[in-house]
Amino acid sequence: MKQNGKGRTLFEKVWNAHIVREQSDDAPAVLYIDLHLVHEVTSPQAFSMIRERGLKVRRPDQTIGTMDHSTPTTPRNELGIIPVADAMAAKQLDAFSKNCDDFGIPMYALGDEHQGIVHVIGPEKGLTQPGMTIVCGDSHTSTHGAFGALAFGIGTSEVGHVLATQTLLQNRPHTMAVNVEGRLGDGVTAKDIILAVIARIGIGGGTGHVFEYRGEAIRSLSMEGRMTVCNMSIEGGARAGMVAPDDTTFEYIQGRQHAPQGAEWDAAVARWRELPTDDGAAFDQEITLRADELIPMITYGTNPGMGMPIDAAVPAPEDERDINKKIALEKALTYMDLAPGQQLLGKAIDVVFIGSCTNSRISDLRQAAQFMQGRKVADSVRMMVVPGSQQVKKQAESEGLHEIFRAAGAEWREAGCSMCIAMNGDQLEPGQYAVSTSNRNFEGRQGKGGRTFLASPLTAAASAVAGSVTDPRSLLTGLN
Amino acid sequence: MENVSQIRGSIVAIPVNDIDTDQIIPARFLKVTDKEGLGKAAFCDWRYLEDGDTPNPEFVLNRPEYSSASGLIAGNNFGCGSSREHAPWALLGAGFKAVISTDFADIFRNNSLKNGLLPIIVDEETQQQLFSLAEEDPSTSVSVDVEAQTLTLPDGRAVSFPLDGFAKYCLLNGVDQLGYLLALDDDVRAYESANPQRVVTSA
Repeated sequence: MKQNGKGRTLFEKVWNAHIVREQSDDAPAVLYIDLHLVHEVTSPQAFSMIRERGLKVRRPDQTIGTMDHSTPTTPRNELGIIPVADAMAAKQLDAFSKNCDDFGIPMYALGDEHQGIVHVIGPEKGLTQPGMTIVCGDSHTSTHGAFGALAFGIGTSEVGHVLATQTLLQNRPHTMAVNVEGRLGDGVTAKDIILAVIARIGIGGGTGHVFEYRGEAIRSLSMEGRMTVCNMSIEGGARAGMVAPDDTTFEYIQGRQHAPQGAEWDAAVARWRELPTDDGAAFDQEITLRADELIPMITYGTNPGMGMPIDAAVPAPEDERDINKKIALEKALTYMDLAPGQQLLGKAIDVVFIGSCTNSRISDLRQAAQFMQGRKVADSVRMMVVPGSQQVKKQAESEGLHEIFRAAGAEWREAGCSMCIAMNGDQLEPGQYAVSTSNRNFEGRQGKGGRTFLASPLTAAASAVAGSVTDPRSLLTGLN
Repeated sequence: MENVSQIRGSIVAIPVNDIDTDQIIPARFLKVTDKEGLGKAAFCDWRYLEDGDTPNPEFVLNRPEYSSASGLIAGNNFGCGSSREHAPWALLGAGFKAVISTDFADIFRNNSLKNGLLPIIVDEETQQQLFSLAEEDPSTSVSVDVEAQTLTLPDGRAVSFPLDGFAKYCLLNGVDQLGYLLALDDDVRAYESANPQRVVTSA
């Protein structure tokens, strides 16, 4: 790519279009926020702050709420209600309802037909559109960058700032082009791309940067695949990851509830076509991966950067020259109870989790269901399938996917963050091993003492059937 | 936020890279609606034995000689992972006023500065020196001057650290950023008039 500094990147175009006040020596830029997503866990203290200062929510019409993190995913009772057994969670959910009600914010409550994981419902409802600035008190807000939006996670103080002013103080980040050239092979997915990117740059490699994912492999992905990639930008340290909008993007958005219509649609698409990075625009950094060299990826350690091709051996601390990395690897292998040089293929597992804002959309469930059709979950494995939203659940049920999962012996549950975050009743027991389609394998992330192998929905489904870590390509025969 | 200009105190080392916010405070403690009492959940799964209540005598924060430490010296890339502001709330609740590392995850650093918890970036040599000092002598004391942006070691060496001007102003004056943003209301209105095309969530 030519990098003569002429022309602008996708990021620069979106950033520049949202500046209320330019960055100066005295203060960061003030950025206008188009869409603010709120959920029950990171908002209560922000609403309290607004109340204490006697402020209003400036743009409730640019704010939307949903319940997802502390919500149970257990089946509905005979009244069609999803019971909340945890008193603290129930109190937090009640507080969220009251906050949204008091400040006039539209909100999808637990069990509502549009409720779901915040990063699933934004795109699903057509709220997420190219060129927007989108924030949420959740680090996986980077997901929405798949549409060519600048989307990033913020803390609760910043949630308060956006509620009160619809703006944020931000220092301009650097840019990194992440080129993924070539085509993916059979059984290799968007999740494997992003796990490979993070394994390459490390968990802090993108700190201070916004990624732009480029190249043939990214262009060939569906919107849901692009969301999976952008979702895990934060696991490489980047607050945001973006993909230039194209016809795939526009086809996904068209006709959704909040999508522009008629002449407005045409005008919007014309604007969106101006967003992709100009030829010759410069990035601060650039890396390139070959998609055709990738195979299914899996993590072996306790952060998402500790990933490897599924047929590789767990690395040995003595081969690590950097003393800090050596110590980190030793600590990780102790926690995971794995030996240096050990193969993960064939490693017995206890749980398979298909879900989370990374991999709970309809295409993820279709992929897993197609694999599970006519197969059984191994007796020793508990398999949970958790749709990302009530709409995903409804769509999956209309296609009969739930019947395939149930027939295979998997649990089909209500929508929510579920076992990705272990604060809603869905969690691992100490010592258990899980193959999980979620985004974090930190110590205890999926339950205190639980051990996580991050992988794609296909790898998760194959591992559920075999009862052990399995390369899905070995079982692909018969799949379309 | 209270103003922060000088910090002086002893330090404790957790020489582990990539300490993520799930270690700083596990998600099960995020079911709160206020910021109170989170200090006891800081590093909970490292600090307590399996019952979640009995202090793990092996863990450095449980050693009595470090109980008054107000500075935490940690491995590289501190605070990666989730956006939870409960992480700085928990560290402040546990008595920390500053965290020292070679680099911090972006969201954690932002969150910390908004709460008066100072993220101090030092070079690896200083980091290693502080690890050794803290381990050899728990009474080792360092001082931080926010105005001068210096961390002074026991040997008198003053190490500079970066701090953006606006965050520094807020720390020194004990003000938060919201007042600044609220004062820009006219600019925000002008922006909205000039850029009327927006998604409406209530439609």
